[in-house]
Amino acid sequence: MSDALDKFKSETRAWLQENCPEEMRGPLRLDRDACWGGRKWTFKSDAQKVWLERMAAKGWTVPEWPKEYGGGGLSKDEAKILRSEMKKIKAYPPLSSFGIWMLGPALLKYGTEDQKLEHLPKIARGEIRWAQGYSEPNAGSDLASLATKCEDQGDHYLVTGQKVWTSYADEADWIFVLVRTDFSAKKHEGISFILVDMDQPGVTAKPIKLISGNSPFCETFFDAARAEKHNLVSDVNKGWSVAKYLLTHEREMISGFGGDVMRPMGDIAAQQIGLDDQGRLADSMLRSDVARMEIDGIAFMATMERIKDEAKAGQGVGANSSMLKYYGTELNKRRLELMMNSAGCDGLEWGAEGDVAAAWLRTKGNSIEGGTSEVQLNIISKRILDLPGA
Amino acid sequence: MAMVLNEEQEMLRDAARGFLADNAPVRQLRRLRDENNPDGFDRETWTAMAAMGWTGVLVPEDHDGVAMGYQAAGLIAEEMGRTLTASPYLSTAIMGATALSKFGSDSQKTEWLQRLATGDAFLAVAVDEGRKHAPSTVSTKAERSGNGFKLDGTKTFVADGSVADGLIVSARTEGAENDEDGITLFLVPRDADGVSAERKSMVDSRNSATIKLEGVELTADAVIGEVDGGHKPLEQILNAGRAGLAAEMSGSAQECLSQTVSYLQERKQFGQTIGSFQALQHRASHLYSEIELAKSIVMKSLQMLDIAPEMATLMVSAAKAKLGQVAQLSAQEAIQMHGGIGMTDEFDIGFFIKRIRVAEALYGDTNFHTERYAQIRGF
Repeated sequence: MSDALDKFKSETRAWLQENCPEEMRGPLRLDRDACWGGRKWTFKSDAQKVWLERMAAKGWTVPEWPKEYGGGGLSKDEAKILRSEMKKIKAYPPLSSFGIWMLGPALLKYGTEDQKLEHLPKIARGEIRWAQGYSEPNAGSDLASLATKCEDQGDHYLVTGQKVWTSYADEADWIFVLVRTDFSAKKHEGISFILVDMDQPGVTAKPIKLISGNSPFCETFFDAARAEKHNLVSDVNKGWSVAKYLLTHEREMISGFGGDVMRPMGDIAAQQIGLDDQGRLADSMLRSDVARMEIDGIAFMATMERIKDEAKAGQGVGANSSMLKYYGTELNKRRLELMMNSAGCDGLEWGAEGDVAAAWLRTKGNSIEGGTSEVQLNIISKRILDLPGA
Repeated sequence: MAMVLNEEQEMLRDAARGFLADNAPVRQLRRLRDENNPDGFDRETWTAMAAMGWTGVLVPEDHDGVAMGYQAAGLIAEEMGRTLTASPYLSTAIMGATALSKFGSDSQKTEWLQRLATGDAFLAVAVDEGRKHAPSTVSTKAERSGNGFKLDGTKTFVADGSVADGLIVSARTEGAENDEDGITLFLVPRDADGVSAERKSMVDSRNSATIKLEGVELTADAVIGEVDGGHKPLEQILNAGRAGLAAEMSGSAQECLSQTVSYLQERKQFGQTIGSFQALQHRASHLYSEIELAKSIVMKSLQMLDIAPEMATLMVSAAKAKLGQVAQLSAQEAIQMHGGIGMTDEFDIGFFIKRIRVAEALYGDTNFHTERYAQIRGF
């Protein structure tokens, strides 16, 4: 490691030690402990607010974004150091948001300078929370057949239609929407990507209750909602490229949910089931399933790391985000099946604090949202294996 | 450590791939099998590999090696897995070199390492005694006799045992049959009185022997490491072999996938290319995903051997377990998707499924390593 990186590492370590509140450290229980920000956000604690403000001031909510857009301006090596130092003290991410994971990367690539300056800093500081308006009742796996209409009114657009599976739309401030701007063109060629302020009468979000009992998704209705002309990203009818680029980031985000922030399954099972006199899990069949799942988990994490490093070195295959999404979500489903198995009748309780049943049921959607497992396998077939007609 | 190859490693990989494709493709293994070659490998190819430095990849430079480390050693093994090149590389250049360079006495190093590096000597590791890999189960006895030891016992599944000049043998000097303590490693000259090797005809057409030790007299100089303390060094020697095998299996799995995908792109049935059928696309894409994970865990295990060999066991076992599963899946899927032609001897896929089956079993199969993973993890 170079001297400069060494210095960065020790400074970062000291700064985190000094500035990360104790309450913001420890194993993260996903969703519940996360800070999503936005106009409607109520901080869960003072520590959560302080941690966001301190990190945002350094641009470290989005360490690799350029400084002028609210980022930290870090190199990939520096960002890796920051991640690993945060991991060492089990620091919570200061801010979770679709703005960071999805819209930000898309704007950095396709946005105009004005769009970047207007939207990115607000994402970085957690001031605006974004929702994603992609799927429609009749456009799921076949996303490009979407029909939400966007009409040119001269100095602005009017958007009319219905989106579904819009994550947390009821808590969001703005939404990025895929709309049809040309109904006569081929389906991929009449789509535009537009940013819409949800704080207007023409936009309504209605939560959908899932089998898990929670409502992380909404139906979002647009009834002649106004969108400004300067908020159309890329060119009119060129939205599909932006949509696809953004989806690769969404897939990376979802595949990461099987990641290392959680307590290893073997430790959980050892505590719940107990060990026999030879130190083995008392349920020998579960033991082998857990060991196989953990090994696949290690291999998966190593693959995430390798693909990141390859991208950094300018190598690798872009479509591998589909492979990660496919494998990561299937792995997460396996993990939660084992969690249920290990928890026994306690795991079947409904509505208890930290209940595993809701988390288990929620994972069933992981291999559907962001493109189903089958769609990911289609993409691997076409883009990586070069199989015909896929 | 970054999960990408450096320039030197990339050059080595490209050179290995080119050399093996030209000089030691699957055709060579087929020829060795068909002519019932007594060595089980091609000596000319071995000499050429030695000239390129492969045999000295883990030998220190002061013994004329190139000391490029385990990641480099694994790259060569991976490329050999693509072509199923038969050679004593794993037993000699990976395990033998690990044993002597890390744990050998000065005189053992002087006697052997340079000859390993130049490709002029072969070593084999004789550890198992039953049907399944069980390195702590040792009933081969080494009794003190004068200033040295007398060895009696039988070793099974000794890769390259019939061609080796020296055998690294685990024997019991203390304790009960399953104790980790009381195992001692010996370097036994193949031509010592009382040593006999019987070459077995194996499904993969490679070398494997049963070694008999009958009243073999050795001096104390033959001990590798400490008397009664052979377990730990043996684990490191075996871990090197296991990671090398995992790398080899990764190469074989990648080759099976690659040949299968080519076939899917060419073969026509029902008036269309069979690769356009979603049922087959999804099988191939799932296999691709498994192989990507396999590649990553192999790389991690080799890097661990380079950085912290005494802590590498967890990652090596994870890698050997994963590759046992993925490589077998790859060979099985290759046969299924090739259809009838995949069942013919004329076609190469059969060689892959056979070698992968042996590599899976050697130095611990998927179950052995999954079990060991769970033990180390404490559940």
